Amino acid sequence: MELLGLAFALQVLRISVPYALAAMGGTLSERSGVVNLALEGMLLGGAFSATVGSFYGGAAAGVVAGAFGGLLVAALYAWVVLRFGADQIVAGVAINLLALGATRYLLKLIFDSASSSPSVPGFDGAGWAGLFIALTALCVVAIHGWLMLTPGGLRLRAVGDQPAAAHSLGVDVLAVRWRAVLAAGVLAGLGGAWLALDNHGFVDRMSGGRGYIAIAAMIFGRWQPLTATAACLLFGLADALQLNLQTTTTLLPREWVQMLPYVLTMVALVGVAGRSRPPAALGTPFGR
Amino acid sequence: MTGPAAIGAGEGGEAAALSLEGVTKRYGALLANDHVALEVAAGQVHAIVGENGAGKSTLLQIVYGTVAADAGRLRVRGRDLDLARHSPATAIAAGLGMVHQHFMLVPTLRVVENVVLGREPRRRGRLDLDAAAAEIAALGERHGLRVDPWRRVEQLTVGEQQRVELIKILWRGAQTLLLDEPTAVLAPTEVGDLFAVLRSLAAAGKSVVLVSHKLDEVTAIADAVTVMRHGRVVARLAAGTSSAEIASAMVGTDAASQLTAAAPGARPATASRQAAAVLAARDLVVPRDGGGRGVDGVSFELRPGEVLGVAGVQGNGQSELALALAGLLPVRSGRVLLDGIDVTAAPTGERLARGLGQVPEDRLLRGLVPAFDLAENALLGRQPEFTARGLLARGRIARHAAELIAASDVRPPDPSLPAASLSGGNQQKLVVGRELSRPGLRALVCAEPTRGVDVAAAAGIHRRLRQAADSGVALLIISTDLAELRRLADRIAVMYRGRFAAVLEAAQASDRALGQWMTGATA
Repeated sequence: MELLGLAFALQVLRISVPYALAAMGGTLSERSGVVNLALEGMLLGGAFSATVGSFYGGAAAGVVAGAFGGLLVAALYAWVVLRFGADQIVAGVAINLLALGATRYLLKLIFDSASSSPSVPGFDGAGWAGLFIALTALCVVAIHGWLMLTPGGLRLRAVGDQPAAAHSLGVDVLAVRWRAVLAAGVLAGLGGAWLALDNHGFVDRMSGGRGYIAIAAMIFGRWQPLTATAACLLFGLADALQLNLQTTTTLLPREWVQMLPYVLTMVALVGVAGRSRPPAALGTPFGR
Repeated sequence: MTGPAAIGAGEGGEAAALSLEGVTKRYGALLANDHVALEVAAGQVHAIVGENGAGKSTLLQIVYGTVAADAGRLRVRGRDLDLARHSPATAIAAGLGMVHQHFMLVPTLRVVENVVLGREPRRRGRLDLDAAAAEIAALGERHGLRVDPWRRVEQLTVGEQQRVELIKILWRGAQTLLLDEPTAVLAPTEVGDLFAVLRSLAAAGKSVVLVSHKLDEVTAIADAVTVMRHGRVVARLAAGTSSAEIASAMVGTDAASQLTAAAPGARPATASRQAAAVLAARDLVVPRDGGGRGVDGVSFELRPGEVLGVAGVQGNGQSELALALAGLLPVRSGRVLLDGIDVTAAPTGERLARGLGQVPEDRLLRGLVPAFDLAENALLGRQPEFTARGLLARGRIARHAAELIAASDVRPPDPSLPAASLSGGNQQKLVVGRELSRPGLRALVCAEPTRGVDVAAAAGIHRRLRQAADSGVALLIISTDLAELRRLADRIAVMYRGRFAAVLEAAQASDRALGQWMTGATA
């Protein structure tokens, strides 16, 4: 297999789509001051809902259902951390475990299988997939512009850094955070939809830690949409490389090659995380 | 920059800028505001004074809508506002603006972004910051509030940040400005600038309500003074009332007479200049956080019973000096001697054991554990004394806490309360009392002993410090309050850019002379 060819580039893009969508959601959520480990659960919920949607209504319905599934998981997360001020790290992990169990249970209930759904309509021709990738790219640019250039973006950034200041100027801090977390759910849900539809079906534990890698990419990208997306592409590259090396190289044991993206994540975080500054109010509940 | 606020009732009418009736707020058993009435005339600077915990800040927050009142009426320029539905948003719409004691600014954003937040001018859906920046410049020109709209707030000095707060509320069309302890964070020179701005605003027809416990400042600027005590208004005084009269209204006549009795230079010179130095520094150099030198070659000797005051504008190395003496900052060169023994490299615990006490600058950061109860806070730094067979000796701890609370007059005198629930003045009394009760105390490094502390508590703390000095403890007192230093110290060293620019006999240190050394004018 030719490493630097067009096919390889497309593979990098394909792998990066869910990373990028989840990282965009993470960026919105965290810039508003809400830690979002629950991205993993939103990806998984999105993937499962997309599978169900596509099973009954075709690929387009699958995309809509994926977004809705992510939204649902996000609403649960937002309710727990914003309404009740629960610890965001603990709640995030709990949501991820819940999503894992719930999708497995529903898999059994709806598709009567312990491991995977039947094959569903997905992105067949290159057209659909290409469109989805293009829309993802557009989405990244739009989020960047919105965050930096619009009143809503200014409020979101202010709420993440000094919520008390924003509140004193009449900004509804909790409403801004609710919207940010729900938007994160829709974006991560779409990322999950891509996973399921690209694979033509759902597999147990399908998100496979991609939500966590998206968080790493977001931190690596200093909570900026464009740089976070660049980091996602880097992780996608590592992933694609790993997949190809697995089948072509005999120099290294397969398991070592498979570690590549995760090692890269750690190196990136050790090297950059210390120097980049998270939103000041990240993880701090407001009010109540 | 015009908004609903600017269209309201015409100016110069007889309607008061702000009037309150029967405002009441209860926190559990505590009546923070008890049927408070207040009337502020347009174009006036109105001061609300009172001890810590008198309810001044609560009142201001009720007016601005950040605290909900239990009962009462609020009228702003003749219009009734519903206190039950009051919020910062309705307050802003009615032409009120507030500068909080702890600034409400987003440090990572630019000045202009901070100003427009919540009321962003937009053009075709996008933020339009250029027009706002021009308006900020114009406002700054008119009222002496100069600040670059495009700088990030985190790069500004405290004085500049306060100007941003003022611009922020003026830009929203505020007619009545509420300021909570506006001078607490400022250097003496900045206070003058702020007052000039407030005068200019009052002359332009705006009203200013400011909360303060610094009486000399209040008499310098206010047209009218309202005095609060225990949640009630106890006096309404006109401009020109003397500090002594205001003080007696604030704390009752007993405490006031004690305050006036504490005349400058009244302390008998008990310091025996022949005795060996208890605490000494030789050419001490301490690095500053972020590079450079915080302390740049300071030497001094303190004998038993001697009190050395350290004056200076904040940020000239006083903090680093106090931390280095306590062993909390590494020293680059020079020596620290305690009873003639070199402790430059000794850890803090060893210094404490050798009789060094410390009252830190920030009591909530280094002086207390806010979540711990008073009994636990009373033994901080002295745990080994209160241990029996590896366990904390509860009985002895309780007795020690009760004694300390009684001796220091900490209120309420309940050792099981968390330190965070006390007022600032009572927290400080506990810290000072604890350090002074340390067995074998030889020297005390005391930073800002009465910052943010009310008049009566400050008088108590001063009395205890003087008693300690009389009994032979050497005191190093770092303070930005010159009156405090003159009252307590034998000599006053002025710190400027990390050095002692001058050391003056306290009796001969005039405000003017100290001020010149503090700003480097004499250097």
